[in-house]
Amino acid sequence: MAVTAHVAETTARTLADHLPILLVLVPFCTAPLIVLFGSRRLAWPLAFIASLAAFVIAFLLLLTVREGNFVSYTLGGWAPPLGIEYRVDAANAFVLLLISGIGAITLPFAYVSVKDEVRKRDHTLFYAAWMLCLTGLLGMVVTGDAFNVFVFLEISSLSTYVLVAQGAARDRRALTAAYDYLIMGTIGATFFVIGLGMLYMATGTLNLADLADRIADQGANRTVRSGFAFIIVGMGLKVAMFPLHLWLPKAYTFAPSAVSVLLSATATKAAIYVVLRFTFSVYNPNFSFTTNTLEIIFAPLAIIAMFSASFVAVFQTNFKRMLAYSSIAQVGYILLGIAFLSETGLTAAILHIFNHGITKALLFMGAGALVLRTGGSFYTQAAGLGRKMPITCGAFVIGGLSLIGVPGTAGFLSKFLLVQAALEKAADNAMYLAVAVAIVLSSLLSVVYVWRAIEVLFLQEPDPNSTATEAPLMMLIPMWILAAAVIWFGFSTDFLYDTANQAALGLLDGSKGMLPAAILGGAQ
Amino acid sequence: MSQFLNFQFLAGHAHYLLFILLMMTGLFIVVDKTNLVKKIVGLNIFQVSVFMFYVSIGKVNGGTAPIFPMDAKYHVDKEAMIGVAYSNPLPHVLILTAIVVGIATTSLGLALIVRIRESFDTIDEEDILSIELQMTYDDNRKYGDAMGGLS
Repeated sequence: MAVTAHVAETTARTLADHLPILLVLVPFCTAPLIVLFGSRRLAWPLAFIASLAAFVIAFLLLLTVREGNFVSYTLGGWAPPLGIEYRVDAANAFVLLLISGIGAITLPFAYVSVKDEVRKRDHTLFYAAWMLCLTGLLGMVVTGDAFNVFVFLEISSLSTYVLVAQGAARDRRALTAAYDYLIMGTIGATFFVIGLGMLYMATGTLNLADLADRIADQGANRTVRSGFAFIIVGMGLKVAMFPLHLWLPKAYTFAPSAVSVLLSATATKAAIYVVLRFTFSVYNPNFSFTTNTLEIIFAPLAIIAMFSASFVAVFQTNFKRMLAYSSIAQVGYILLGIAFLSETGLTAAILHIFNHGITKALLFMGAGALVLRTGGSFYTQAAGLGRKMPITCGAFVIGGLSLIGVPGTAGFLSKFLLVQAALEKAADNAMYLAVAVAIVLSSLLSVVYVWRAIEVLFLQEPDPNSTATEAPLMMLIPMWILAAAVIWFGFSTDFLYDTANQAALGLLDGSKGMLPAAILGGAQ
Repeated sequence: MSQFLNFQFLAGHAHYLLFILLMMTGLFIVVDKTNLVKKIVGLNIFQVSVFMFYVSIGKVNGGTAPIFPMDAKYHVDKEAMIGVAYSNPLPHVLILTAIVVGIATTSLGLALIVRIRESFDTIDEEDILSIELQMTYDDNRKYGDAMGGLS
């Protein structure tokens, strides 16, 4: 029966059925095309078209799955446990939309920024590496095969190291930043592979749904447990989970501004998604070691990250460095939401992945515009520029407000939900009352560092010799699209909340949410 | 005591011990050495240990190389096939991919080291750190007014 059904499937397939693989293939094929054409004028338009296509595909996928069903795509028609499966459900369609959206919107910004910050002869290869990075990030999220996650992780990581190193045209410290990132990123990825090896030893499969099915009753198996430890530590390096974040400030500070925008909004988010998928769907929260890891390791480290990274951010004198430390703190909020292990907490975490993505992209774009006009991102260089570049700095302020979580911006909703989740937990355990207070207090720290940036931009006297003018339109349009999105999602919360809630429910279903397609009778 | 020194157990798991030894050697080199090239070498040893681990878990007791017999008699004669065990080829195939990734990482790392050597004139981490410290110090003197500066 399976065979006949399969034949019917393959003949009846239309382009719409191939969306999951097209999402990865479009940017993936654009990278070699850019290199083959080798033309500096063609590189950017090709990259932009591919990113837009990926965004449209991701949007279509999200529309298909946001009601709670999922799309399963089998590569080459090989049935899931043996063949590689791409699986899209609400959780990863949401992250895919963020990644492809940021990829598409950053490119117009990058057009000007890259011209200014990267050596001219590297432009073509820069966009090729950019496309590969996008491929890797999208692939990591869309795939339903554990080893595929590793392969795409490495595709995105290797191209990220190249992109970060391009900052060397402005500051040679970009090279050592890329080198440090390479060493730590490779150790992280290798840890992840060790974890996968242990899972494979215990189960003999690599398909995520099949894995979930087979380890469901192996909670006491030590191989399965140590596999979990390796996977979490390996991915933790990529997420920049608190004590494993050392590569992040340097990489974000010295990378070209456009790369900082892309990385801050997508790279850590894709890694967080993988952590979510492994903690909830493959390993499920019924295992005591999963729950313990979340409550004893994730939650305290997340709270430390929220405070220490915000505190360090207060004392920075460089926009990009300040934003990098703030990113570590915001990752703390997301991990805290995950550690709550409740529907509200998980919804808040998934929402914050999205909200922080667009907010941080907006802020890094603002910093990039300042770099373009003043040649650096130090506070003193930008003093008083709010009067000379009001449109740029206006968008920056909106981003800053969302970072704090002011009502009416996107950041408010996720932080509000996070506090609500903490209060829900406080009904059982009074300790969580302190956690709720900690969330609010650390938000106050972000008020301090955002205010310092606003003070520098608007309240200080501008340098009379400064020739800075308003940023070019190619930068302003993406910035204001993001700023509008931040405000729009601050008021119209239904779409985001429903999708994130659906994603959280799917994840909390644990292995049940990952039942092999054949059992559910879905498309084979 | 016998629980801690079970020689039979240790001998049966010798490949895991070797894997752990190799892995720790690699990690130690990455952390300890200040020469950037040596760090890459350490990273390679670390990765190779994982390759060994994967290859060893594919081993089936008494299994031969998983090559499909080209000998026609072997192919048709189902009786002859019974009792022939093959090692699991899947981890081996996976590790082929990981080896490619490892080569890419190594070459990218070495390329970065060449560029670092060109712009810092050294590949020793301590020297680079002191140069960077000086650069940060200079930055702070020049732009640090927002925080009161250093001087």
